[in-house]
Amino acid sequence: MESILNIRNVSKIYQSAGRELTVLDQINFSIEAGSTVAITGPSGSGKTTLLGLCAGLDRASSGTVELKGIALEKLNEDERAAVRNQYVGFIFQNFQLLPTLTALENVMVPLELRGAKNIKAQAMELLEKVGLADRSHHYPVQLSGGEQQRVSLARAFSNQPAILFADEPTGNLDAETSEKVIKLLFDLNKDAGTTLVIVTHDLELAARTTRTIKIKGGIIISDENPSYA
Amino acid sequence: MPNTSLKQSIKFSWLFKMAWRDSRKNRSRLLLFISSIVLGIAALVAVYSFKDNLQRDIDAQAKELTGADLVLDSRKGVSKAMQKMLDSLGDERSQEKTFASMIYFQSDGGSRLVQMKALEGKYPYYGSIETTPVAAADHFQEDRNALVDQTLMLQFNAKVGDSVKVGDLNFKISGALNKAPGQNGIAASVAPIVYIPLKYLAQTNLIKTGSRINNKFYFRYDDPSGVDEWVRKNEPKLEKEGFDADTVESRKEQTGRSFKDVNRFLALSGFIALLLGCVGVGSAIHVYIQEKLSAIATLRCLGLKSRHAFFIYLIQIFFIGLIAAILGAILGTGIQFLLPLVLKDFLPVEITMQVSWPAVGQGILLGLIISILFALPSLLSVRKISPLNAIRISFEKTGGKRDLLTWIVYLLMAAFIVGFTHLQMKTWAQTLAFAISIGVAFVLLIILSKLLMFLVKTLLPKSSSYLWRQGFANLYRPNNQTLMLTVSIGLSTAFICTLFFVQGILMSRVTLSSGSNQPNMVMFDIQNTQKERIDSLTKSFNLPLMNQVPVITMRIEEINGKKASADTNNRRAYRNEIRATYQDTLTAAEKIVDGKWIGKIKPNEKVYISLDQRYAQQINVGLNDKILFNVQGMMIPTVVGSLREVNWSRMQTNFRVVFPAGVLEEAPQFHVLMTRVPTSELSAKFQGEVVKNFPNVSVIDLDLILKLLDELLDKIGFVIQFMAGFSMVTGWIVLISAVLTSKNQRIKESILLRTIGASRKQILAINAIEYFFLGAFAAGAGLILALGGSWALAKFSFDAAFVPPFLPTTGLFVSVVLIVVITGVLSTRSILNQPPLKILRTEG
Repeated sequence: MESILNIRNVSKIYQSAGRELTVLDQINFSIEAGSTVAITGPSGSGKTTLLGLCAGLDRASSGTVELKGIALEKLNEDERAAVRNQYVGFIFQNFQLLPTLTALENVMVPLELRGAKNIKAQAMELLEKVGLADRSHHYPVQLSGGEQQRVSLARAFSNQPAILFADEPTGNLDAETSEKVIKLLFDLNKDAGTTLVIVTHDLELAARTTRTIKIKGGIIISDENPSYA
Repeated sequence: MPNTSLKQSIKFSWLFKMAWRDSRKNRSRLLLFISSIVLGIAALVAVYSFKDNLQRDIDAQAKELTGADLVLDSRKGVSKAMQKMLDSLGDERSQEKTFASMIYFQSDGGSRLVQMKALEGKYPYYGSIETTPVAAADHFQEDRNALVDQTLMLQFNAKVGDSVKVGDLNFKISGALNKAPGQNGIAASVAPIVYIPLKYLAQTNLIKTGSRINNKFYFRYDDPSGVDEWVRKNEPKLEKEGFDADTVESRKEQTGRSFKDVNRFLALSGFIALLLGCVGVGSAIHVYIQEKLSAIATLRCLGLKSRHAFFIYLIQIFFIGLIAAILGAILGTGIQFLLPLVLKDFLPVEITMQVSWPAVGQGILLGLIISILFALPSLLSVRKISPLNAIRISFEKTGGKRDLLTWIVYLLMAAFIVGFTHLQMKTWAQTLAFAISIGVAFVLLIILSKLLMFLVKTLLPKSSSYLWRQGFANLYRPNNQTLMLTVSIGLSTAFICTLFFVQGILMSRVTLSSGSNQPNMVMFDIQNTQKERIDSLTKSFNLPLMNQVPVITMRIEEINGKKASADTNNRRAYRNEIRATYQDTLTAAEKIVDGKWIGKIKPNEKVYISLDQRYAQQINVGLNDKILFNVQGMMIPTVVGSLREVNWSRMQTNFRVVFPAGVLEEAPQFHVLMTRVPTSELSAKFQGEVVKNFPNVSVIDLDLILKLLDELLDKIGFVIQFMAGFSMVTGWIVLISAVLTSKNQRIKESILLRTIGASRKQILAINAIEYFFLGAFAAGAGLILALGGSWALAKFSFDAAFVPPFLPTTGLFVSVVLIVVITGVLSTRSILNQPPLKILRTEG
């Protein structure tokens, strides 16, 4: 299968208190289109940094990140933003809904950024899928944590992304709500045929993916069911 | 690489839609942030509108102000050649002699010093002398009639038909004078006007040698287009003859010019209010953008380009700024209607207030520019917000290093302040002094706040109680508000206090003291022959002879051998008539600062005179310079022997030129006598006797003048306070909004502390300690800056001494600290009143 994400010799070094801090060291892997991948590891292992690099939120100190064949390190911030809008969806641990926008408007934003047509109907359809059609005009503050994450899921899928990055998607939810949200995430993903990359501590959640990459101290310590090594 | 497919087609309309959505729930708060510029714009629009209306009315009414196409006036006599010229001018002519004189009301027995105008001809040709009855102005010259100022008639219970004595002659009051051409309220109350026909002036016997008479000649032209050109051509000749020329055009310029200073002061007060507004906008938008960090990062994750994020917030600021500017313009247009009420006594024209659209437009534009310009540094940082903030809240704040664009914006801000200050100040020296002072204050406050953080961090005793440690630690921990609050509170306090101090300096400068042993009545124009008799009359009323001096009128003929025509750089010295005296000893108000005082000389000795040091500076002479005086035809050569410092505010006659005794005793002269009259009844009785026995002697009732002056100063004081009030209110708004906006930094911490069990009292105490220390430090710094600034202004600008008033200074300091602490604690209290979870969810 075609690989959608290629990470080659990627390192990330921060300057901290005058010293160099290597957060990621020579990371290499590829992800096939349509696959589901979990990146796991203890706190401070570098997994969120890796997600940031994969999604084009940050630049690697060295190495290359290729998303849909586009070398992200060669793009400027605005070009990377365009890549994100076109190919990437996000789900955040703290939902990151825009507080001044209604649920419907939150879902519409990625489509509006694309200049798409008939977006309201598409957004409503997604809200229906996540079971929140009747809450479409509610603001985030009027929704529970689980509901907010469901709106976040609808938003993530609204621009029909080629790849979806989820950063601890259930980190702020109770077990019961987590289960519902995860089920919804995998169902939507299956319908849309999107590549799913989840950063998580939750081994149960990781087990649901087809592949798990384990990181510790900035290096990959295991890669189960890898398609590239 | 499929880069071409990455082009986003974001419509501008979507940015507007997004700006609208993003501003939801924040609009009222944004408006509060920007409200600080509403008052500044209001003040400026009011001042500009007033200026426009005044200029328009001056233009429209200049003819009525002048009353003729050409006015020539002189305090000197008229030479034959000049008389020939005067007779050849204009198609219609009038003549007026103006002088100070006493009038005596026969019915009431009261007397009062007035401005006597003896008129011949049909002046004014434009406008009118307003009288009751109306016809009196046209017919009073036909007989021995007088037009008497209406307030004066009320004061002395006089009616039309009553009689007034002017000098030796009685006149019938044929009308009450409501308004003379070009007269304003204040001038009328200080020196009320009385018109009499010129043809009777000689019979009054008021005109004696040395009398101070202003001769005015009014001309009307059928075709006045060449008048200004004629004046330009004949200026040297007129000057030589001691004549001043006034035309409609020159009056327009003059009147406009005399109000320029007033307008400049008003505009500067408005500008200070606006500058405070800028500080308010800057700090408020900074906080607003900080709060939007997470939303912006999320939008960036979703693919929003940095410049589009910038535009979303720029659009918000544009519209909120526009609303604030429009509100300010509406408020200012309303306030402009108040300004003429406050200033009407000083205005020579009838003000017809209208909405001045250029002023409104200027105000709105200015409000908009300021809102955007001072929001730009924070707005530009939006472009630097990394999308990583969405997954790592603590990743970074709004971008690290400032880029070129930000520096350009800082430059533009500085250029704006300098440019706008220059528009108000007109001179570059003052502009730079003002702008540099602001810059220095700003930098000093930044340095001080950094120093404060360093000192607190280093010196905070580890053993102090938790509440104190936490309160103080808030001053330097991450997310601290020390820098922002120190700068905004410090600058607001500095502005508020400086205005307060400057107001005090200005007021004390113009306040005259009238102590119980100071003279309160002045008699002048006392002839040599009348001196002894007036002394006896005064003594017979048991009144003291407090200050008795001779006055001699003279002109400078030559300085160091140079005549006026050869000394083109120093024309002023030769032009004005000088009133000098002679005395053998210095008075208590005089102090020799240079040279040697010589009080008496013998005949044929060199005449060493003494000059007031400021006057000497003005006419460019120093010690040992030779001055030739023309004392009514007699040339007296003198040498500058000493320079004196004169305390002009002492209630006594002071002179710029003092001769030694032994020179001018035989010159034509009059005498001035000062006395103190204990009661107003005795004052009226004494004045009556003086006028009856010595009709040419003028009496000034200083109590009356001081009362009028007091009223005048009250009005000036009110204008100053009125405009300074704008800046002060804006300062308070900025201060309060700075504290209110900073509360957001503390909300989460307070709630977290509350969640883990801190009592309400403990949290309030922590916040109170932080705000108290911040308030005290910032207010103290602002106060010190204000004291320094006021001292410098007093010394270099107003030439006055500055003694900071202890109580008001302490009061201002305590008020600022209290406002900071109360606003800070109240904002925390409102949060503590709600369940922690609710706040956490709202904020999360």
